Parts: sequence; C-alpha cells; structure tokens
Amino acid sequence: MDGYDKLVPSPTPDTQPYWDGLAEGRLRLQRCGDCHKIRHYPRPVCPSCYSMNVEWVDATGRGTVHSWTITHYAFHPGFKGDLPYVLVTVDLDEGVRMQAQARGIDTSQLRVGLPVKVAYEKVKDDLTLPVFVLA
Amino acid sequence: MTLREAGAVTGVGETKYMRGTDRTPLSLQLEASLNAIRDAGLKPTDIDGLIPYGHGAVAEDFITNFGIPDLRFSATTPMGGASAVASIQCALAVIDAGICKHVLISLGRTGYSGGRIGTRVQQMPQFRTIGEFEMPSGAIAPSQLYAVMARRHMEQYGTTSRQLAEIAVTTRYHASLNPNATMKTPITIEDHQASRMISDPLHLLDCSLESDGGCAIVISAADRAKDMAKTPVIVMGVAEGHPDSPSAITQRPDLTTLGLAKAAPKAFAMAGVTHSDIDVAEVYDCFTYIVMCQLEDMGFCKKGEGGSFIENGALGLNGRLPVNTHGGLLSQAHMAGMNHIVELARQLRGEAAAQVPNAKIGLVTGYGDMGDGSIAIMRRA
Repeated sequence: MDGYDKLVPSPTPDTQPYWDGLAEGRLRLQRCGDCHKIRHYPRPVCPSCYSMNVEWVDATGRGTVHSWTITHYAFHPGFKGDLPYVLVTVDLDEGVRMQAQARGIDTSQLRVGLPVKVAYEKVKDDLTLPVFVLA
Repeated sequence: MTLREAGAVTGVGETKYMRGTDRTPLSLQLEASLNAIRDAGLKPTDIDGLIPYGHGAVAEDFITNFGIPDLRFSATTPMGGASAVASIQCALAVIDAGICKHVLISLGRTGYSGGRIGTRVQQMPQFRTIGEFEMPSGAIAPSQLYAVMARRHMEQYGTTSRQLAEIAVTTRYHASLNPNATMKTPITIEDHQASRMISDPLHLLDCSLESDGGCAIVISAADRAKDMAKTPVIVMGVAEGHPDSPSAITQRPDLTTLGLAKAAPKAFAMAGVTHSDIDVAEVYDCFTYIVMCQLEDMGFCKKGEGGSFIENGALGLNGRLPVNTHGGLLSQAHMAGMNHIVELARQLRGEAAAQVPNAKIGLVTGYGDMGDGSIAIMRRA
C-alpha cells in the first residue's frame, strides 16, 4: 500500500506512451503516421484518414484556457482533501484540448484565453499526472 | 419511408417516487411496468417487445415474471438519459417492420438508496477514455463535466446563474402541484443563489435528484392503438443524435452544442410541425443548464439566447413554452427521463396534475452520456 487513494488510470498498449511520457516530464501526443494530424485522447485509428499507423510527438505543453470548473464537492472520497480544486480545459497549441487541475492560479484570474503551461506531479511511484500553471 | 405516426404511447405507469427504499430496482421496474400495461388495457402476455433501460432488469426478468410466452424482440439503447426517448425510435422501428405490436419500455432504479452517480459513471464502458484521462485528475461526476459547458456558455454569451435559476424555480413550482413529486416546497431565485456550490457554476439547486422508483410506457402499433383503453398519444416524429466527441466533452469542437442539435431538425421534419405548434415540452433536466442548452439546440431560440429566452417565468404553465410540467428530474424524481415521456402522454390526454389547457402537440427530449440526445414529438389522437 502506498496510501494513494484517488482514481488511477489503467493504461493500455494504445495509451501507455502518454503515461510513460508524463513520467519523464514530457507531454506526448499521438500523431497520425500517414496524414500527420495530431489527435487526443489517444486512440487506435486516425479519424481523418483511418490509418492505424501511430507516431508520438512531444507537445510544447503550452495553451490557453477554454473553460473551467471549480469543484466544491468530492464525488470520490480520495479528492476530499483537495477541495475546492480548479479543473481547467485547455486549448493546446497543437490544436487539441486536455483537462487537468490548475496549480497556483487564483480563481479570480480564470478567464477564457488565459495562457497556461503543463507541469508534472508525481503522485505515486508509478503515476505522474499533468497539471496546469500560469505560463 | 418514415416512422411518422407508426405507433403511439398507449400506456404509462409509475411507482411512488421516493428518497429512501429497501425495495430492489427490479421490483420497482416490474411494478411500474404492470401499471403501464394495465393503463393500456393489456395483459402482460400481450407484450411482444422489450426495451429495458440499461444496467437494470433484462428481458429474461420480464419473461420470468410475466410469463411472456413468445417474446419477439429485446434490445437496449445505451445512451444514458437519452435512452428512454431513443427507445421510442427503436420501438417504432420494430413495430414498423412488423416484428412487434406492443413494446414495453421501462426503468427501475434506487439512485437514492443504491449506488450514487459518481460511482455509476466510473463503471460505464463508454467512459473508458475519460476514466483514464480525466477522472484521475478529479473530473468524475456529470456535474463537473457539464459545469465546463455551462461556464463556456456563460463566458461566450453572458448567460448568468440567475437565469439558470429560473429553470429550478419554475420546475419546483410544477412539482409542488404534483402528488407524486418528491420535492414540493417552492423555492425562489434567491434560494437557488444561496444553495451551496457543487461544481461551479452549478449550485446544488441546479442539480437533479437521486431517486428511487420505477417508470414505464407501452408503445403500440398505430393499427392497435386506436382500440385501446385510453386515448392514444401518437408519435409524429422521433430521432436520436450523437454529438461530436461523444464521450470526452473536453475534445468537442463546440462545448455548447449537444447531440440534440442533430436530432431535432429530423424529428420536426418528420412530424411536419414547427416550434410554434408545440404546446408543452418535457425537456431532460439533469441540470438546469442542460435544459437551456437543449432549448437552443432545438431552435426555440438562437444559440446564446437561451438565458433571455427562459427569463421571467417563460417556462411556466402560462409562459411562452410550458416546460417540465411534472417537476422533472430536478424536483419530481430522477427516472432518467422516462417520467418525462409519462408526463407528455398525460398532458396530451388531458389528465396531468398541472395541466396545460388544451395541449394538443408536445415534445419530449432525452439527454445523457455526456451529450447524446433524443427527441419525440407527439399529438393527441
């Protein structure tokens, strides 16, 4: 037991490179091996050209806030100690979005278009999660 | 070829709705089903098609309990809160194909006494992706995932929490008129604003209930419906729609558009009616914001104008569009929108607790699983 009591991901062979990247402090995104379109979240097939050839590329980790929510009620007991926490939905510079908790961003600063960048939090031995901080 | 007027709602049934029970979901589902079958003037063995709500009773349960000798069709429509109305399309398709005459659509749940929504979502296969990429960050429950859509709408169009409160207040008033509603004490916009924040910008009173109960309807072929116990409520148009990026809201190109935006034009075209023909609308209301967004997606107003559309009691019994006249998921009970179909049928029969005078044509919507939509437009026979 490592005492971590929150929800954890169950990576698959299709998604493992993403999690391996976070552990190395890199935000890796899938890119189609044929038409080179970047997609997120990871999936086996390119929805643009149906290719199953996959490349992984390092993202800049930079983007802007698209929307957000502030969580005041814990829907899983593991998150009770974090309340209230901010979840930001971010337009990455690569043209896809991701959602993660914000760190060090005051709720009064939140606005559409706020520049942010990804940071990495190692929460347990085998799990690093992305978070967003002010860019 | 179209499903227009291929069938009708001929029976509706509910249990008493509760917040606390020691009964099983199966028992509640079967009781509501028997009530709907009786309301239609049928015997349980007349049912030849079954579309139970997912994660509950299965066809085998009905065969075992009702002694159905020759079930000809069973299916589920796994679209969360859009399932119930989507099941109407499925039922009409098998009726139109000549497979069935009487299809039972039913639900039983112990949402209050059993597993709560946060836990339920984690266990659903269609949320495998957000389970891996979003839930570990603490984005778990629908209120959190939908709050992001509401916030985007507010930032983009200036929609306010007080405007959303109008929906909670009007819906609660309607529940206060309904003997089978679980929350009947009227509330004000100030009560809404003072209710605790759950998933900002959604307050407690923006959120629907967790409820125990059962709810069911019978859809019958048009040629049978005219000779049954009650005035049939004829389905004029029906459709389902799935949004872009159906499971991960985060990746949806426009966070303020739902699957219903694709379904509604099809249903209105099939029905051959326009918005001004709609006398009453039962609109899926897991959250206040979702009601407003659906009104926009159906075209009752332009995208972004939902906030002003719903102001000043516009959704009340005497308003421009009476909505959720039974009290909805917000104040009657959370029966995943099956209770919205029951209420529309009662309105069009003229037997609702809070009756819209002379309601002739109405619609019901479903919404679920992060954005799936469904809609049925019906008329009094």
